[in-house]
Amino acid sequence: MFEALTTKLDAVFKKLAGRGRLSEKDVDDALREVRVALLEADVHFRVARDFVARVRERAVGSDVLGSLTPGQQVVKIVHEELLSVLGEGQPRLSLSPTPPTVVMLVGLQGSGKTTTAAKLALHLRKGGQRPLLVAADVYRPAAVEQLVTLGKQLDIPVYQQGIAADPVEIVQNGIRRAREQGNTVALLDTAGRLHVDDEMMQELVRIKERIAPHEVLLVVDAMTGQDAVRAAGDFHQQVGLTGLILSKMDGDARGGAALSVRAVTGVPVKFLGTGEKTDALEPYHPDRLASRILGMGDVLTLIEKAQAQVDQAKAAEMERKFRTASFTLEDFLDQLQQVKQMGPLSQLLEMIPGMSRVAKNLPASALDDRQLKKVEAIIYSMTPLERRRPDVIDGSRRRRIAAGSGTTPADVNQLLNQFHQMQKMMKQYSQMLSGRGGRRLPGNMFRL
Amino acid sequence: MEEEAAKIRQAVAPTRQTWFSRMAQLFQRGQLDQALWDALEEALISADVGVATTERLLEAVKARVRQVDHPSPEDAHLALKEEMVRTLETPPAPPPELSACPRVVLVVGVNGVGKTTTIGKLARHFRSQGQRVLLAAADTFRAAATEQLQLWGERVGAEVVAHQPGADPGAVAFDALQAARSRDVDVVIVDTAGRLHTKVNLMEELKKVRRVLQRLDPQAPHEVLLVLDATTGQNGLLQARAFTEAVEVTGVILTKLDGTAKGGIALAICADLGLPLVFVGTGETPEDLAPFDPATYVDALLP
Ligand SMILES: Nc1nc2c(ncn2[C@@H]2O[C@H](COP(=O)(O)OP(=O)(O)OP(=O)(O)O)[C@@H](O)[C@H]2O)c(=O)[nH]1
Ligand SMILES: [Mg+2]
Repeated sequence: MFEALTTKLDAVFKKLAGRGRLSEKDVDDALREVRVALLEADVHFRVARDFVARVRERAVGSDVLGSLTPGQQVVKIVHEELLSVLGEGQPRLSLSPTPPTVVMLVGLQGSGKTTTAAKLALHLRKGGQRPLLVAADVYRPAAVEQLVTLGKQLDIPVYQQGIAADPVEIVQNGIRRAREQGNTVALLDTAGRLHVDDEMMQELVRIKERIAPHEVLLVVDAMTGQDAVRAAGDFHQQVGLTGLILSKMDGDARGGAALSVRAVTGVPVKFLGTGEKTDALEPYHPDRLASRILGMGDVLTLIEKAQAQVDQAKAAEMERKFRTASFTLEDFLDQLQQVKQMGPLSQLLEMIPGMSRVAKNLPASALDDRQLKKVEAIIYSMTPLERRRPDVIDGSRRRRIAAGSGTTPADVNQLLNQFHQMQKMMKQYSQMLSGRGGRRLPGNMFRL
Repeated sequence: MEEEAAKIRQAVAPTRQTWFSRMAQLFQRGQLDQALWDALEEALISADVGVATTERLLEAVKARVRQVDHPSPEDAHLALKEEMVRTLETPPAPPPELSACPRVVLVVGVNGVGKTTTIGKLARHFRSQGQRVLLAAADTFRAAATEQLQLWGERVGAEVVAHQPGADPGAVAFDALQAARSRDVDVVIVDTAGRLHTKVNLMEELKKVRRVLQRLDPQAPHEVLLVLDATTGQNGLLQARAFTEAVEVTGVILTKLDGTAKGGIALAICADLGLPLVFVGTGETPEDLAPFDPATYVDALLP
């Protein structure tokens, strides 16, 4: 969903990740790119400006500049700020204790209200409710037929009075019908309208005053650009929204409109529309969304764990070794021990950006923590020389190490091979950091 | 949060006014400085022109005003408008009127942008020129899409060829063109289902509609019009690229310009793909369609 923005920020922070300390100027450079990324993702320019200012204030104010992992610190702040704007998801409608609960869908033309109404009805029925759809769009040709057809497909009742009646009356009658028939939720599909069309906005206000809906949900097209703030702001001001639904999230729009609209209305996102089929409605996970924006996996948790466990001075030294590819088995052992304190390996891998996919493809044994113990035992059985210069390990040394660690020479061999692979990757990584290698490696893989 | 949101709403709503008064002040001071460039950048960005195209436009303008003695803010403002008009004028004119008969127009775009409505308006436009118009209801997917097109057909006096829901869109287009030939129709307009340009199989389906038409007339479709919603942000460029790649779009129609969105991504599309804008949609009635005029559009985008 937010993949495009993800790639962008990935690039920004990869640049930072390679540096030691950051200057204020570095932060500004990065934030400029964050701003561009946000704008390219359709975040409103003022929302983007405020956002960047807040991040900067926090970044410069905290000890980010002197810290050993400045890139991660900045990411962490961006991530936190993103989360605070994106807000908590609220994947349910507030149902009234005295049914029917009345849910009103509003929005611009073509935003996806009718389809969303059907999706919500299906979702509610799955949750044990008895929904009724009410066709209150008397303007767009065949809008009533569209809802009726969807109702038929889903076997969900639709209340309609054709297109000659006043929408205010239609919804009143619809709600009465719901009460009579024992429907627990009435979903009102209103006509799409422009936020600057006074007459049409007044119609919504009249409907709202007459029926006092429990929910007024704005359906926002994920592809919307800078105008999203105006439209959403006006709808909120005039009709009073209780929630948002982002539609067409299955495309490749960067979806910055979500950020804008959240900032300008402050009401929670309730659902995401992710396809044309009536079951393509998903709950909204702000953390997932924010993580997607940053392309960070669940880096936040990882950073927190790492901060709690990793000896900072050691980490710095380790990082230098990574970069110069002078990493030994001894260092490896050291890392293993720190990693072990952070939790099960499989869980850690899941949290590293790009690694969750890798983790899925690894044989289960590779993620086994017992495997870690074995590795530890093998390295413990090596002499200091062997740990620092593994190429001296010949057949007889290998047999000795295996015997000492209770493993087989094949196990020792495997570890040495893996270590060799790792060193190769590190070389590529350091080349990449110095701008030569083009291949992309997971951003923070070696920065534990 | 509500308080904060209200503050942002306030900051955003009078954008135009503050921009105007800021420009007025900048003009008064008569100085061409960073503040002016910032104001122009803001105007372009908030119209969805996009960062890259905005930068390119402003660079071009800067280069131009550098050649002027004591350039004023007005100089920059006018130069920018000229630059924008020039961008929108490439290529110079929409394709010449084709004599092919019937002329086939394929209308494509993502969901909800206004394809069907625009087809109704286009039909009216051709009808008013005394042409016979036939509409092909090749959106067989969305509920009641056919009924919607039929209502438009009645409204503007155009015949509609339709199949059952779920039928093959290619077959509908084929039948429509065949019917058009036997009925002496001048223009066939094919309505297609809205589809996200990222859905491979749906884009394949669209290509097939085009291939099927070509079986009857190798020149068809004579025009492929991409409908773009003016509220669309930067994704519009990706849409234009994907649809062009799939079915060789020949022109763009920008809808919903009666709202507050400016549809600036159209500039990026023109600059990037060289696609001409041919019409704009400005409302929901049959008359709300106008041929695209670069100067008028630029005046609205950057007053
Ligand atoms: N204000 C305004 N509304 C428009 C304009 N063009 C279309 N609409 C409205 O936008 C909504 C969607 O229009 P449609 O013509 O159904 O869009 P579509 O692209 O055919 O939609 P799908 O076939 O569902 O993908 C309708 O409510 C139209 O009345 C316009 O220029 N201005
Ligand atoms: Mg349509």
